[in-house]
Amino acid sequence: MTNPITIAAIFIGPLAVILILFLASRVERRRGGAGAEPGFFQRNGAPVAIFLLVAVGFWALFLIVFPQLYMIDYSFHPKLPQLKRGGPEDVYTLENYRYFLFGSTRDASHWNTTHLHAFWITIFVSVLITIANFAICYPLAYFMAQVAKPRVVLRLMLLLVVPYWVNEILRAFAFRVMMGTGGVINGVLLGLGLIREPIDFLGLDVALYSGLTYAYILIMMFPLYNAIESLDRNQIEAARDLGAPWWHIHLFVVMPYAKPGIASGATLVFMLCAGALAAPQVLGGPKTLWFTPIVYDRFFQAFNWPQGAAYALILLAACMAFVLLVMRLFKVSLSEIAR
Amino acid sequence: MSADVDLDHVTIRFGGFTAVKNVTLEIKGGEFFSILGPSGCGKTTLLRTISGFLEPTEGAVRIGGQDMSGIGSNKRPTALIFQNLALFPLMSVAENIGYGLRVRGVRKAERRRKADELLALVALPGQGDKKISELSGGQKQRVAVARALAVEPKVLLLDEPLSALDLRLRQHMRAELRAIQKRVGITFIYITHDQGEALTMSDRIAVMNLGHIEQVGEGRTVYDSPATPFVASFVGENNGLTGAVAAVREGLATIDTALGALRGRAGPGLVPGAPATLFIRPEALKPSAAGATPDLTAEVGGAAFEGSFTHVALRAVNGQALTMTLGRDGDAGALAPGARIGLTFANADALVLSLPASG
Repeated sequence: MTNPITIAAIFIGPLAVILILFLASRVERRRGGAGAEPGFFQRNGAPVAIFLLVAVGFWALFLIVFPQLYMIDYSFHPKLPQLKRGGPEDVYTLENYRYFLFGSTRDASHWNTTHLHAFWITIFVSVLITIANFAICYPLAYFMAQVAKPRVVLRLMLLLVVPYWVNEILRAFAFRVMMGTGGVINGVLLGLGLIREPIDFLGLDVALYSGLTYAYILIMMFPLYNAIESLDRNQIEAARDLGAPWWHIHLFVVMPYAKPGIASGATLVFMLCAGALAAPQVLGGPKTLWFTPIVYDRFFQAFNWPQGAAYALILLAACMAFVLLVMRLFKVSLSEIAR
Repeated sequence: MSADVDLDHVTIRFGGFTAVKNVTLEIKGGEFFSILGPSGCGKTTLLRTISGFLEPTEGAVRIGGQDMSGIGSNKRPTALIFQNLALFPLMSVAENIGYGLRVRGVRKAERRRKADELLALVALPGQGDKKISELSGGQKQRVAVARALAVEPKVLLLDEPLSALDLRLRQHMRAELRAIQKRVGITFIYITHDQGEALTMSDRIAVMNLGHIEQVGEGRTVYDSPATPFVASFVGENNGLTGAVAAVREGLATIDTALGALRGRAGPGLVPGAPATLFIRPEALKPSAAGATPDLTAEVGGAAFEGSFTHVALRAVNGQALTMTLGRDGDAGALAPGARIGLTFANADALVLSLPASG
């Protein structure tokens, strides 16, 4: 890490980008001539403008850009004791990524099936949970946005929000208690005589998947509700008047309109789900595979920070790929999702 | 194909509020029928009942002789044009027009052919690939008409679709809508609060107030022989002078008003001594000739020159406001504000209507 070129790249790179952008804006303003709108400083006053620039700059650089760059750099270094850092053995290497794929820093003869499997399960299940969340939230969001009276909407909103006042860990433990072999659900099923043996919801990952689905309902709900709420009711009626059955109206009028909301909710739920740490740790069974606890273990069990960084980056790359895929599929832009 | 629309004693209630009261209308197939009334009179509720978004609380709606109760809006032979048009913003013009056909499983090429045909009908040829946001207000109007006609309805329902347009375009679209109706030959039911629209386009007009129908008839009849004081004052401008009926003889009624005894055509059901109103259209009032005895005297408040005619605001001796409309041949120049003038009118141009008993 004491490699001077690295430090130069990390600190000077972003500063250079900022400087270039600043100069570009100056040039543009000059070209714009007298007709250009008043400058940033004139509009806000110098003290506010300086504060905004410093605050946003600090936030973007020190809280987002630098840590990420640091992690990227870290992931390409070998694990070394403190004393050897910056020494002749501290070279750029792909061994951490190699370990993810093959389970060894050198050998490439066997696949690292445990980690790869956990990774794919995480991605795959996150996609399924995203779809499940959409399936649960869409009818509810539609009902609240277009059908229900304001008073009902308010009550439903409250019912949705109140559970989130309880913190995440507590909610996860509540699920664990409820779904355990001696829990309420098994108790009811046994009592009704539907089953003879208690079902191991935790070991079968039912608890984890339903817990994750439940945890992100609101994240899907609000973008969907906002999108559908702004749809003119007359359009739904016009489609109906033209003879459309209800499913046709949803598929070809409401959903295309709500597309930015759907994309926004889907990407958020997917990212949070794939990156969830507490729920898998609390609700996972002994054989549960989830990628984030593995990343966590790289850092705090194996004390292999470079490897942890590499794993975290692989997850980040997968999430970004998912977002790009969703944007492509839904033909929406980043600004529409962010709205 | 067009169809008759029969409203048979239709009443619509929302909770304790009665929006439409016992309305019976027989709208003939192929007719351009307008329902005219102030906002909140229940006309849109009535239209939504015909289109199937609402079910009547009492009574029946029949289209082409068939009772429509229990038949949803997507199964009725009607098409509705919304006040805000409700075009689908994410679809192209052709996709909007073809939507109803897509629902019916018509293939894409056929939908496109039909859309182009309808675009030609509404005078927008070759605009099928445009986005809705690229169209002007009048063009959107035409697309909405084309979209509604695409499903070949027997009855087209229009809910004040011209209200968002500017005056010139509105007048143009009136003629256009009328021409389209003549071409396709189906029944048009047109809702409006604008009496000009109703008078210029319609074969017949129903004037609606507070949930019930006041009068049904051709535009000229409604204008010249309003059946009720409401119709007299809502359809076109009118000067109303209230008083008590003095006598009714040979179709003419004499009424004692605060401005003296005046005579006009007798409306139905006049009883001597009962309260009544004499209505005189602004264009029926004339300054009286020099030397002749005027029917009324009034003070000129001001004159507004409107081009082909002049509006004169007057104040009668008892303070009541009156208006008079003079054509170009009228001597409007002499009417200086503050001048006291005599007014006259032909008795046949005035109408005496009894006031409702409740007042």
